[in-house]
Amino acid sequence: MKTTLLRPRDWNSQPRQAHSDYKSTLRRSQSQPLVSLPPGSGEHVGPLFGPHDALAAHADLTRNASASGEAIGERIIVAGRVLEEDGRPLRDALVEVWQANAAGRYAHERDQHDAPLDPNFLGAGHVLTDSEGRYRFTTIRPGAYPWRNHANAWRPAHIHFSVFGRAFAQRLVTQMYFPGDPLLPLDPIYNATADEAARVRLVAGFSQRLTEPEWALGYTFDIVLRGSAATPMED
Amino acid sequence: MRGQTPSQTIGPFFSHALTAGTTAYRPLVCSDLTDEALEGKPIRLEGRVVDGDGKAVSDGMVEIWQANAGGKYRPDSGFRGFGRSGTDASGRFRFETVKPGPAAPDAAPHVHLAVFARGMLNHAFTRMYFSDESEANRTDPVLGSVPADRRETLVAQRRDGEAVYDFEIVLQGKRETVFFDA
Repeated sequence: MKTTLLRPRDWNSQPRQAHSDYKSTLRRSQSQPLVSLPPGSGEHVGPLFGPHDALAAHADLTRNASASGEAIGERIIVAGRVLEEDGRPLRDALVEVWQANAAGRYAHERDQHDAPLDPNFLGAGHVLTDSEGRYRFTTIRPGAYPWRNHANAWRPAHIHFSVFGRAFAQRLVTQMYFPGDPLLPLDPIYNATADEAARVRLVAGFSQRLTEPEWALGYTFDIVLRGSAATPMED
Repeated sequence: MRGQTPSQTIGPFFSHALTAGTTAYRPLVCSDLTDEALEGKPIRLEGRVVDGDGKAVSDGMVEIWQANAGGKYRPDSGFRGFGRSGTDASGRFRFETVKPGPAAPDAAPHVHLAVFARGMLNHAFTRMYFSDESEANRTDPVLGSVPADRRETLVAQRRDGEAVYDFEIVLQGKRETVFFDA
């Protein structure tokens, strides 16, 4: 077994677990201190995925689950790299995404927001990174939607990301936001990360380079996982 | 050095993408690991996730990661050792897998878990040990590093006469499950 000695989770870059502005944390956040694990623990190795696991069609959410045509909304391209802290790209990293549709509604039975569903948009996809750690999705820009956390609460538009590194301990579930969204300063989930320099890493950048003429706007979003504590060996 | 990307909650609306899927979309992983296991004793892990008030967490997700029956992670055989289950209306999750072997001479067999839910800004790592491995559990270095009065929260209880282990994950409070800074 090849285990990696990982750098610790940087708690300054991570949200606090109990954040009173986000009501659901009150009974679901941990109240006891976390227990440290010794180096070489099984958490420091993780499941592997390969090209045979992923269907290329699922990188295009405007078509991958459509009933009879293309999804409605502003078509966008979201692309970036999955890296470790030292810049090392992660190859064959599984990236899963899910999101609301253009009207701000999820294709989920418990989402009761009074906004239309789109029969041609499920809002779920996945892709594996290439040898340089790159991923790329085509999708629809999600709409903002109300939630019941506080009076007149609205989530800023976001895309959920689930990412696997080389180790189970590198597992990351996060959300990508859009630049300039006026709801960001008001959102308790986004603001649960106290450190502003860390928080802004959740905001994608507009990219003219990724933008395709007459087709779709492009956004870049790099994802940085905990890296190796020692100098990595070349594979 | 680049800064780590912050974690954010999984939210309440992920099952169509990550666990249950739909007719048009199947997630890449599921809660049954037995198809890919070439050796080992099939077991079922059943559990429940509850919050600080003891209420069922009905919109959570649990992932497991484990060695194969021979105690190897990522063996060449194709046993990925990874599974995922949503929680149902009673907070219950379930995995079909094989019992892992000990990964080191002094280690007791165990399964790694990650728990995700609305209201959890970071997911929580824990471990599940087995009640019918009490001898090995006594010498396991990680179990030994946990305060004695909380150790039981990491031990799944085997049902009489069945290869089924019950495990409760308590997110908060006096009975809180031990979580690790993995």
